[in-house]
Order: sequence, then structure tokens, then C-alpha cells
Amino acid sequence: MELSGHRIVDAPRAEVWAALLNPDVLKDCVPGCQEMTGNPEDGFAATVVQKVGPVKATFKGVVTLEDMNEPESLTLNGEGKGGAAGFAKGGAKCVLSEEGAGQTRLEYDVEAKVGGKLAQLGSRIIDGFAKKMADQFFEDFKARVEGGGTSAAPAAADAASAEPAQKKSWFGRRSAE
Amino acid sequence: MPKDGGIGASTKRREDVRFLSGTGQYTDDINLHGQAHAYFLRSDVAHGTINGIDTEAAEAMPGVLKVFTAKDFEGVGGVPCGWQVTDRFGEVMQEPKHPVLAEGRVRHVGDPIAVVVAETLAQARDAAEAIVPDISDLPAVVDLKAALEDGAQKVHEELKSNLCYDWGFVEDNRDAVDEAIRNAHHVTTLELRNNRLIANPMEPRVAVGDYNRANDEHTLYTTSQNPHVIRLLMGAFVLGIPEHKLRVVAPDVGGGFGAKIYHYAEEAFCTFAAKALGRPVKWTSSRSEAFMSDAHGRDHVTKIELALDKDNNFTALRTETYANMGAYLSTFAPSIPTWLHGTLMAGNYKTPLIYVNVKAVFTNTVPVDAYRGAGRPEATYQLERVVDQAARELGVSPIELRRQNFITEFPYATPVAVEYDTGDYHATMDKLLEMTDHAGFEARAAESKKNGKLRGFGLAHYIEACGIAPSNLVGQLGARAGLYESATVRVNATGSISVMTGSHSHGQGHETTFAQVISEMIGIDANQVDIIHGDTGRGPMGMGTYGSRSIAVGGSAMVRAAEKVINKAKKIAAHLMEASEGDIELKDGKFSVAGTDKEVAWGDVTLAAYVPHNYPLEDIEPGLEETAFYDPANFTYPSGAYGCEVEVDPETGKVEIVGFAAADDFGNVINPMIVEGQVHGGLAQGIGQALMENCAYDADGQLISASYMDYAMPRSSDLPMFKVDHSCVTPCTHNPLGVKGCGEAGAIGSPPAVVNAVLDALNRGGHKVAHIDMPTSPARVWAAMNKTPMAAE
Repeated sequence: MELSGHRIVDAPRAEVWAALLNPDVLKDCVPGCQEMTGNPEDGFAATVVQKVGPVKATFKGVVTLEDMNEPESLTLNGEGKGGAAGFAKGGAKCVLSEEGAGQTRLEYDVEAKVGGKLAQLGSRIIDGFAKKMADQFFEDFKARVEGGGTSAAPAAADAASAEPAQKKSWFGRRSAE
Repeated sequence: MPKDGGIGASTKRREDVRFLSGTGQYTDDINLHGQAHAYFLRSDVAHGTINGIDTEAAEAMPGVLKVFTAKDFEGVGGVPCGWQVTDRFGEVMQEPKHPVLAEGRVRHVGDPIAVVVAETLAQARDAAEAIVPDISDLPAVVDLKAALEDGAQKVHEELKSNLCYDWGFVEDNRDAVDEAIRNAHHVTTLELRNNRLIANPMEPRVAVGDYNRANDEHTLYTTSQNPHVIRLLMGAFVLGIPEHKLRVVAPDVGGGFGAKIYHYAEEAFCTFAAKALGRPVKWTSSRSEAFMSDAHGRDHVTKIELALDKDNNFTALRTETYANMGAYLSTFAPSIPTWLHGTLMAGNYKTPLIYVNVKAVFTNTVPVDAYRGAGRPEATYQLERVVDQAARELGVSPIELRRQNFITEFPYATPVAVEYDTGDYHATMDKLLEMTDHAGFEARAAESKKNGKLRGFGLAHYIEACGIAPSNLVGQLGARAGLYESATVRVNATGSISVMTGSHSHGQGHETTFAQVISEMIGIDANQVDIIHGDTGRGPMGMGTYGSRSIAVGGSAMVRAAEKVINKAKKIAAHLMEASEGDIELKDGKFSVAGTDKEVAWGDVTLAAYVPHNYPLEDIEPGLEETAFYDPANFTYPSGAYGCEVEVDPETGKVEIVGFAAADDFGNVINPMIVEGQVHGGLAQGIGQALMENCAYDADGQLISASYMDYAMPRSSDLPMFKVDHSCVTPCTHNPLGVKGCGEAGAIGSPPAVVNAVLDALNRGGHKVAHIDMPTSPARVWAAMNKTPMAAE
């Protein structure tokens, strides 16, 4: 699936750029992230716990940064293997532009794929799930950058919190249709 | 007055007592002393290069006996294909190796990479999680036509392309057909897809391998429709075990629908591992595994053109089909879109010129093979859809257009190389119109309209070919096996009978019907007859049960063996009664001398055979046991007319089947109740295909319909009360029972009847829709009515 969107981040472009390269920020913002280590040059190693429909798994994977054009654009690529649950991989192409008044416009195009049991059992809900993940990531990222580091933490503290949020979103979307 | 026994009686199924009381013995019920458990690690990508498989951590896990990968199978053959098709240029098909475990590449989601054998299944599963396969993704080949484009990614690097074969039938007709279509008064063209299906038998596949070091004997217990064929394929081609050292046992089998015909890698694995480890090794498929490891069915994309003259006579038919083989050639895969499909393209019609082109294509999907009907549903669907569409285009009745073109004289040699021995298509049509109260349709349609619904009637005629034969012909067509059947009739001293048949029921009720035939022939109670099947250690040889062949071929073999028994018994009876053998008659379990009151009971004769004190020892041997092999002279050709009435909700596109009738000609019927049950099951599967079922892959080759949340199986609430009739009988002319076979008909005739009904409803409602692909889900029907392109699926 593919989706795109944007956020206006109330911070200068250089600060937003730096945050995108910061494993601590990424750890706080990637939903369900338990661990994120590494650096922008070599990439990051990540552990993410997520539940997609009936499949709950721990994904171990890598996040690499490509097409880096400081401070305007970069692509975040992630790939996680969830053992018997299958795999998930995706990329987010981010473009940063100055909005004036010290604000930065962050545009993103996200592409996500799943395989194995996740695809076999969860394909109906994967699009909604991916959208939710992306929304949550960029929302938390905006809050983290603007708030200096604490606001995003509760939302991404553990995987369990992702579940009720997802359900609410799922039913919410259904009732809105 | 219905009979209460023998041929024609609706005897209750004796096997149901154990099936319904939980005492059936299925393969998973078999647990051997010291048994270990196998868990298959399967690819979760559709296509990739295996750079390495790190099994070290897994080997060290608790309870693990061994982790197997392809390197353990270096000295072993691949899983063989049982049919070699020759293409229209005289070249044999491209046939890739199908390794037991993936070698160097994975080629579909579900392709086995490694197997953990451990003390418990849980330990094996846990250890499989610790295996680290290093696989680099390759582009997945999913779309049939894109797979044949120049430069397309190849599924098998060693092959020239993804084209398995390009088959033309009858190739000599090609130019004449092209010419006839060019010059036709009218040509109706349809492009359609026969949707990919998953068989979903209630019992998943299971294999238990065992090895006896004392005598070097292997035993495989497996869920199979044809254990003798598995013994042949696995013994001779994969593991190199001679038949006398390999026994294959398939106990009660809980449904197969074709998916349990084939030899699968898991069977070879368990047999191999049992010897390697010196322990019995068991594998039971999970339902999730079944979706991605059982052979799938159908998946044809076809363009069909029907030419008509100015009087609406069919003059020529041309088809071009792309048939999905999946990643490897399953046992009978190449024969399905060719010999089981092209030969049926004449249908019930006297179309003089027919040309069928089939391109079989490799893709990164699960292998595709026969599924209930196998080739004939695809042929019937195309033909009955195009005939209906032609009637619509020409503004004539689809009933009359069919009648006008029916074959009426038999035997009839079609232009696609088969000879129908007998049939009466007008009779089944008449019966169908009576059963469906066709005369009352308009009133019902008006009533539906009042309720805001669109009502439609759809019709389909079918002909199918059962009991594929004879062996010398199928050998020329590329079969790597004979297609006969065998039976041994063993009469015990007290007169009871054990019949060992090479047919093997996977739910059809052979234990009941076969016993009815013997009961009728000898005149003893059917309870005196036991049917033994599914064990290579007990029956002589067998080609198994598929293609609706059991009663036509297996039943005929049994009749031949029973005739030999009766002939011998008559000799004994003649001796006992001091009469001439030619005067002996057998009736109601008694031998009598014609024109006298002398008689001797069946049991006295059988006892004499085993206690030969007063016995013609100088003329015949003691004992009473005979074996026969029966190789049919021709296929059998069941046919029928199916009618479907639907109501479509124009607001939602939902189709409700409000009536369904089937008028079949199965030739003679042994057990009407069982035949009715077979038709019901076939109809449910055909209607499932037409309305609900769809196996879907995404563009990356991920199987996205791999659970019952996404793969919509029909439930009883989706189906109407069926009206089933088989009183139109034209007995088969070339087998001793005059039977034709009934197992697949329902699944063959029903999909076009349903789709024709849906289109009839839409067109009557003013929606000019020529075609909707199956399944005719509400979304598709609504989109067709509202001319909305379907979103990508």
C-alpha cells in the first residue's frame, strides 16, 4: 500500500532534520519500538512489538537512511522480520521545506509491504493499520520535536497501547463510512 | 417400490456410523511408539535466492533431533510430474525439478526451506523460529500474461522461459477454424477468468513415516486418494525404494476434492526422515499451512470465440487460454488444461470445427492441479457462458439456441478427438424445465420486481468425461501411468466376502456402494461383504479415486473379479449337484440346476472351496479368490442440465440463489441417496466458486486469502434447497454396470448456471452487462451494474 501526507512542525528545518537522524527520537516515535540503536551512516537496529489483526509479533529489523540530501530530503527504509508472523517492510520518503516563522513542512510518501502470515491473515486490515502507524509516527514525531522529547513517550511506551488505539481507529473508520 | 438392497437401493452409508460417532481412523489418529514430530519452515516470500540457512541455534534447541535442509536431500530425486504434454510444435513441455526442500531458491510463499524434527511439535516449532534463512528477494512472477513477456523474470533460471507448453488442439484444425471465424455470420467473444480455488478438505494433510530396520521396510501413512500411486511415485522417483519394501496406507480420508491425489514433498520427507533418524516421523498440516501447500485449482484466463451461421447454427469455436501451473508441476498439473479440458470443448453441441490453444505458465504461486472437475469445469464455464452471451446478442432464447445445436445421434465423434457413446440432452433439458417450473418464471420475476429485486434464470448444460482411459491412449497423450483399476474378490470359507479395491474413498461411500454391487451379483446380504481399500499392503494395485472414476473403473474391475469368482463357484456347485456347469444358475444366494428343484446354498459352495473333501480337485484349485484388472475402452460421458434462479438486490449487488435444479444423466445408479449427496456437494462447491470463493495473490506473490476470514467458503445458509434428479438414464455402453460417474458433475455444471442467472437478472433489469468474472461478489455485481471500474483487488 502507499499513502502520503504532511505535518507542519513548529521547529526550524535543521532541527527537524537532526531529529529524523536521531535513534532516540525514532525509538520514541516508531509505534511499539522497544529498542533502537545505531547511527545514520550505518543504519539502526530496531526491535518493534506490534499486533496486526490476529497476529502479534516481535519484529527485529534494520532501518537505513538513503538518498540523504541534507536538509531537504531523505528516505527511511525499514525491514523487520517477525519470525513465524512473517515480515513487514516499508519506506518513507520525507521532504522538508521551510514554512516561514521557524516552521518546517514535512511531507511524506510511505510505502508498506507485509509478507508471510501477516499477509495471509491480516491483508484486509493492513492498509488501515499502516495508515495508523504512519499517522502515529509523524504525529508523535511532531510532538517530540516541538516538545523537546517527552510528549511522545506515553503513546509509544509499549505495544499494548497500540492495540486499543488501533481498534478505536478501525471501528471509528467503519462507523464514519 | 424402492429396493431395500443391491443395485438401485438407497442403502444408508455404513461408514457413516464411525464417521458420525467419532470412531473413524484418520491418519492423524495414528501415533506410533517413539514418534517424533516434523515442522516445516516455509518461505514467506514468493521468490528469492537462498544465500544460506543457519540452523546451528535451532539444532541446539531442546528436544531437537535434526534440522533438515536441501543438502540432506542431495542424493534424492525431485517430486515427479506424472504427465508430459507435447506442445503444438512437437516439443515436450519444460519440466523443472521440484526438490523435496527448496534448493538455492524459494519459488512460492509456502515453499519448504527446512524441517525441524523434534520430540514434540511445540519443540519443533520453537526451533524453527531459531532458524535464520538468508534469502535475497527476487521479483515475483504473478501475472500470467506478464510472465510470458520478453525479459520477464524467470521462475526457473534453467528454463528458457516461464512457458511450460503452448498446446494446440486439434492443431490440424487451426487454419480451418480461423477461416470459419473470419467468414462467420456472427461471432460472440468473451474474455473470462476461471478463478483460482483452494480445495479445503475438512481433514488437512498428514504424513507419518515409519521404518523397520529388521526387514528394511518403509511404511508411509498418508491422507491420500491413491496410495498405490504415491508408492509408485515416491518409491521409484524420489527415494528409490522398491515396491516390496514400501507400504503406503491411507486410512479414512476426510475429503480430498483432488488435492489429495498428488504426491507431496511432506510424504517423501517423513518417509526419508524416519529412516535417517530411526524414529517414526509425523507431520500434520495446520490449516494455515494447507492454504499454501495443498495444490490449488483452476486459475485459467481465457478468450473464447463462438461463430454462428445466419440460422444460428454453431460453425466454429476458438479458445485461447492461459493456465497457471504455479511454481512447480504438481503430479497431474499438465494434463488438466489440455487433455481434461480441450477434449471437452465440444460440450453438448455439434460444432464442427474447434481449436483450443492453451499456454501453461509458471508463476511464483502454489502449484495448481486438479480440483473437483479438473479441466471440465473450465471448459464448461467458457462454453456455456459464450452460448448464453450469443443468445443475448442474437436476441434468441438460450434454451432454443442450445436445443438447436445439441448432439442428438450417438455414438458421436467430436472434432476434439473423443467419442460420446450415449446421451440424451433434450431429455435432461425437458426434465430441468419441468423441475424449475420454467413456465412460472415470469410471474416470479414480476413478484421479485415488486419487492425491489431483479430475478434471473440461468441455464447450463454440461458434458464431462469420467474414468479417463484407456491406458494405451493416455500413454500416447503423455500419461506416465496406466489408468486401469484392479480388484480382488476374496470369498471366505463361510461365504463372507472381502473385496480389495484400488479405488479409495475419501468420503464417497464406496464401502456401501461397492458392497451393494456384490450383494446384487451374488444375492447375499450386503453385510456379508466388506470393502477394503487404501492400503498397498492389502490390495493388489490401484490407480485410486479421482476423475469420478471409482464406480466406472474400480466398480467394473470388481464386477470382473466377481464374475470370475461366480464362474468358479458354479463349477463347484455343478460338482456338488452332479449337474452340468452350463445348467447352473445363481440367484438369491443359491445355486440351482435349471429345470430341477436341486439347489445348493452359496455358503455350502464356498465351504467346499476351502474344505475340498467333495471337490473336483482334478479340474480346479481349492479356494475362492479372484483378481481382475479392468482397463476401460473409453471415457464415460455423464451429462446434464442445470438451472439456477437468482434474486439480485440492485442496491447492494448481493446475489441470492433462490432456486437450483440439476437434471443429470449418470447412466445407471447404484445408490440414489449417495448420488444425490455427491451432487449436493458438487453444487455447493460450484456455487461457492461462482459466488464467493477466490484465492488471491498480491502483486508481490503474497497469498492474501489464506484463512477463512478471507477465503469465503460457502455455508448452508448461502445455498438453496437443491432439486436433484437422475431419472434421465442412458447407460454407458462399454462398462459392465452401465455407470458413468457422478462425483464432479455438480461442480462442473453449476458455475455457468449461476453466472448466467446473475447476468440474466441484470439484463432483464435494464443493465447491459455482458460478463462478470467469478466470484460474482456484491462488489463486482454492483460495480458492473453501475459501470464502475473495480478497484484493484
